[in-house]
Amino acid sequence: MNDAAAPARAAAPGAPAGVRDALARHARWRWWEVAVFAGLAASWFVLGERVLLAREIAILALFAVSLDLVLGYAGIVSLGHAAFFGAGAYAAALFAKHVMPDPLVGLAFATALSALLGLLTSPLILRGSDLTRLMVTLGVASVLYELANRLDPWTGGADGLQGVVMGPLLGRFEFDLPGRVAYVYAIVVLLVALFACRRVVKSPFGVSLQALRDNRLRASSIGLAVNARLVAVYTLAGGLAGAAGALLAQTTGFASLDVLDFHRSADVLLMLVIGGTGYLYGGLFGAVAFKLLQDVLAAWTPQYWMFWLGLFLVALVLVGRERLLKPWTWRRGP
Amino acid sequence: MTDAVLRTERLVKHFGGLAATNDVSLTVRRGARHALIGPNGAGKTTLINLLSGVLEPSGGRIVLEGEDITRLAAHRRVGRGLVRTFQINQLFGELTPLQSVALTVSQRRGQSARWWQPLGRDAAVAQRCEALLHEFKLADVMNRRTAELPYGKRRLLEIALAIAGEPRVLLLDEPAAGVPQGERQEIFDSLARLPADVSVLLIEHDMGLVFNFAKQVTVLVNGGVFAEGDVAAIASDLRVRAVYLGERAAGHV
Repeated sequence: MNDAAAPARAAAPGAPAGVRDALARHARWRWWEVAVFAGLAASWFVLGERVLLAREIAILALFAVSLDLVLGYAGIVSLGHAAFFGAGAYAAALFAKHVMPDPLVGLAFATALSALLGLLTSPLILRGSDLTRLMVTLGVASVLYELANRLDPWTGGADGLQGVVMGPLLGRFEFDLPGRVAYVYAIVVLLVALFACRRVVKSPFGVSLQALRDNRLRASSIGLAVNARLVAVYTLAGGLAGAAGALLAQTTGFASLDVLDFHRSADVLLMLVIGGTGYLYGGLFGAVAFKLLQDVLAAWTPQYWMFWLGLFLVALVLVGRERLLKPWTWRRGP
Repeated sequence: MTDAVLRTERLVKHFGGLAATNDVSLTVRRGARHALIGPNGAGKTTLINLLSGVLEPSGGRIVLEGEDITRLAAHRRVGRGLVRTFQINQLFGELTPLQSVALTVSQRRGQSARWWQPLGRDAAVAQRCEALLHEFKLADVMNRRTAELPYGKRRLLEIALAIAGEPRVLLLDEPAAGVPQGERQEIFDSLARLPADVSVLLIEHDMGLVFNFAKQVTVLVNGGVFAEGDVAAIASDLRVRAVYLGERAAGHV
């Protein structure tokens, strides 16, 4: 059609092969990512007495990472992510009590069940605005909370589900009183999940989530089935949140209405606000910061720690995370 | 009529009392270079939105390659080779041009649902990305955030994403909108390199570009087809000149 076509086409393959390198660079491990993984693995040797707090942090980090997939990557806001956390916790506790006490089988069961809950509730988040999504997710979590409250023959209602006895991990390692086995269990699950999520977010599927977050109209205009992708990620995130809940129930031997409480959904959102969304590690950093802050504040001023935590969050949002963490940039003008 | 690739039959779209598309029967032939012109508010973009599935028609049918696609979801039409661009850039702001193109190419090759391999691991995908990024002069900015790119580059990416979808029928909604006079030809040079059997339906206000590029022209006025014909016939049609071309045509033709 056009004489200009020939030279223009010929120029392309002859150019330096930067594209493959650049694509590979997106997925390459950065030094600090390796440090994070190594640090998590090594934490077992240095924590000593602090394993109880560290275990809670690991569980909350997994919970927050799962919300990040939905919020940070796919751009779906949720005020009811505790629905999956709680479902996983109750599923794991009931499974251990009535079916079999093996923790890993219980974890797999709870994960699958919460993923199923994610799949079933995902149609609710496909339509409407962010505001309707906030309301709908909040509503689902409230419904589950009330269900758990009313079904007390199974869940123990407001008293919680007592008498959950876990079997040994891998049939060999009994959960000990200081909680060292439980910590290893939680941290290994977190590491495996984090590794898997990292693979997923770097994949075409993961990038397609960011694409539809940025612009759904364009996403469907390149042929992406936007709704199917949202269903998939919501199911995945539901499963991971359920795994976090299961870890909590299994390592404490207890599940109560607290796992479905609104504060669970709000806290996990705060962790992501603190840690940042959309780069996978925000949930981890946020969980560490949130829990340590809570711990320090509660030790310092047991009655008013919420006040200081609230003040910190207001400051964080007003000043901005980047600037708060980099005080040396304060003197420069905006 | 057997070589009709895309056809509408009495297509209607109402917005309240306004018929934005009014009884439009349009045929785009295989390999067409077909321009859609008309004054502002004539319903050109609405028609593209109906064809691409962004809007649902109030009545009538859309037929692609002999199959009724009137109720088909937008992304499925893309899967059948019906690809569009937008008058106002619709891009992935947080992704880089490279990621955007790589995702589109992966999608075209049925690999975008892969969830365990990194994007662009496939050598054929990487190769195609490289060719596209060079053709659209995006190679030098391919690793920057799309939202930070200058307008001209984003416009080229908008077109590049459509081409990356390997369209059989390409709907272009003012591809050169907002692009300075000097750079417009670049975009049309890229379009001219499309394979001859790809059908193109183009909305464009620059009559110079329309008459250079298009062979058939359909004139829309008030949502309906006002005139249809080849470029020469439309250019010399006095009624068309009166309602639309006016002074502008005198300068360019």
